[in-house]
Amino acid sequence: MAEVNLVEAVNMALARAMEEDDNVVVLGEDVGVNGGVFRATVGLLDRFGKERVMDTPLAESLIAGMSIGMAAMGLKPVAEIQFMGFIYPCVDQLVCHASRLRNRTRGRLGCPMVLRAPFGGGIHAPEHHSESTEAIFAHIPGLRVVIPSSPSRAYGLLLAAIRDPDPVIFLEPKRIYRLVRQEVPDDGTALPLDVCFTLREGTDLTLVTWGAMVHETLQAADALADQGISAEVIDVATVKPLDAESILISVEKTGRCVIVHEAARTAGMGAEIAARLCDEGLLSLMAPVKRVTGFDTVMPLPRSEHYYMPNVKRILKTCRELVDYA
Amino acid sequence: MMSPSGMQLPREELVRAYRMMCDIRHFEDSVHDEFAAGSIPGFVHLYAGEEASAVGFMMHLNDADRIASTHRGHGHCIAKGCDVKAMMKEIYGRADGLCGGKGGSMHIADLTKGMMGANGIVGGGPPLICGAALSAKTLKTGGVAVAFVGDGGSNQGTTLESYNLAKVWNLPAIFVVEDNRYAESTASAWSVGGSQLKRAEGFGMPGRKVDGHDFFDVYDAAAEAIGRARNGEGPSLVHVETYRYYGHFEGDAITYRTPEEEEQMKTQKDCLKIFSQRVTETGLLDASALEEVEAESRSLIEQAVAEAKAAPAPGPDKLLTDVYVSY
Repeated sequence: MAEVNLVEAVNMALARAMEEDDNVVVLGEDVGVNGGVFRATVGLLDRFGKERVMDTPLAESLIAGMSIGMAAMGLKPVAEIQFMGFIYPCVDQLVCHASRLRNRTRGRLGCPMVLRAPFGGGIHAPEHHSESTEAIFAHIPGLRVVIPSSPSRAYGLLLAAIRDPDPVIFLEPKRIYRLVRQEVPDDGTALPLDVCFTLREGTDLTLVTWGAMVHETLQAADALADQGISAEVIDVATVKPLDAESILISVEKTGRCVIVHEAARTAGMGAEIAARLCDEGLLSLMAPVKRVTGFDTVMPLPRSEHYYMPNVKRILKTCRELVDYA
Repeated sequence: MMSPSGMQLPREELVRAYRMMCDIRHFEDSVHDEFAAGSIPGFVHLYAGEEASAVGFMMHLNDADRIASTHRGHGHCIAKGCDVKAMMKEIYGRADGLCGGKGGSMHIADLTKGMMGANGIVGGGPPLICGAALSAKTLKTGGVAVAFVGDGGSNQGTTLESYNLAKVWNLPAIFVVEDNRYAESTASAWSVGGSQLKRAEGFGMPGRKVDGHDFFDVYDAAAEAIGRARNGEGPSLVHVETYRYYGHFEGDAITYRTPEEEEQMKTQKDCLKIFSQRVTETGLLDASALEEVEAESRSLIEQAVAEAKAAPAPGPDKLLTDVYVSY
């Protein structure tokens, strides 16, 4: 079995889904002839032809809106938006139509579409090419938001997203597109879209994260272990709908929780998770719920990127505060 | 009234035009080399090959006139008068860059020069230019506003919405479609429906197609369109046929066009060569004057690179500045 990286796993899942279901089509800017700016769709045009792998003109609002129409009428579009910063023209279509087609028609029309976009910082790109605004989409009832953090989860979650009858915003942490290789069986096995993944078990502290930050968080957990602190690490992955239950169960055990995300702090997903812990897990907590996040600023340019991004040191500092608290 | 022709420009104006085109070419060639050497972070999109377009338009504009650029914005910035040293520092992400190292290549702006910014969002410029044109009209500044978009940007809804509004509100706006044949890897030959000129016609705007490799052709079309806007006669569209020498971005594998095509364009359609040939053949300038400008330009850009390399990066104290006025 070949080892693949995250972006290759995305490609593998796309090919598998297209193989299984003739109604699955791929569209977007430069996805066909060029194989995608990050090579996520490479080879698909040759294999499946131009009626199923469509290079579109440069028009993001159209790409999203057209995907909704396709999805409502029998196709299963998987559209690519080149960078998350280009997704905002799609917001109108996603919020006004994709997310509520089912509700508006009392379930008669569905919208089985996937909108994929590379996201997040750390590749030395400017603002639109580096930001993490998953919370905007998580706020919208009717949209699913999924963020893989490993090749195997990219494969399994993308297959699940494509098979799901509702619209999924599938955000790929581009910083880790090629960070690790993993054996991923191309057997068409999907992963569930409604549970968190516990990547490491622990008893003293729960670290909750997603996307590229999973890697820094796991490194922090290793460093904590060296200090005799046992950290549980949860990859949320399916950010919306949120599996708060798994997080609550973990915090019942550990009594402490640190949420790590790259996105700006205010009204980020960390705030929602902290609120859920206060609502339903207050009595388990031995210390305040803390967040290690990006800052409330425009994603800075490369020379300042390292000041912005959460890192192992910041995560450890916050963990230490909680352990010292109680 | 006939617009003035570029061939009638006085000597010093021709030198000014050539200097700007040289500055852009050297700037872009240097950024290309420096990026390849790993000295420049981020993404950069180079304008080399398209110089005559920016310069042909900007020769008619003053600081009160506004322009909105694209992701391929260095040429527009230089031609609009932005300081090349501060620009180079900005591209290097330096604290004393034109935008404090916060904009970078794709978001360089200088409002004192009427340069509203390069733009990471394709199709972002035309609506801004409608707003700038309306402000100029309302505030009676006498200024005009020019949106540069690429062939890719010409397919964005924002661009077509802007054509319509500029026409129905009779705005002093000019839309310049710089068609360099490829929106990233997507050829305009198949991705643009109809034609740019028919689009202008459909919205009731005058439109004109020009050879973007010929400064004088661009200059004359720009004079006409900008003159109309200044006279209160509303918007125009200019379709500039041009070519970019480098890839969509630095690092682009350029799988969508052939090296033969590139070579042919560089040898036969280079705007700097065409300009030199034209002015020397007609006796407007002599070769030694052009060589002098060329050398001065090269030296200026070398200095800009050296200074940018030596300049300090912004510190952590700048992370939260400029998000709000008070924060």
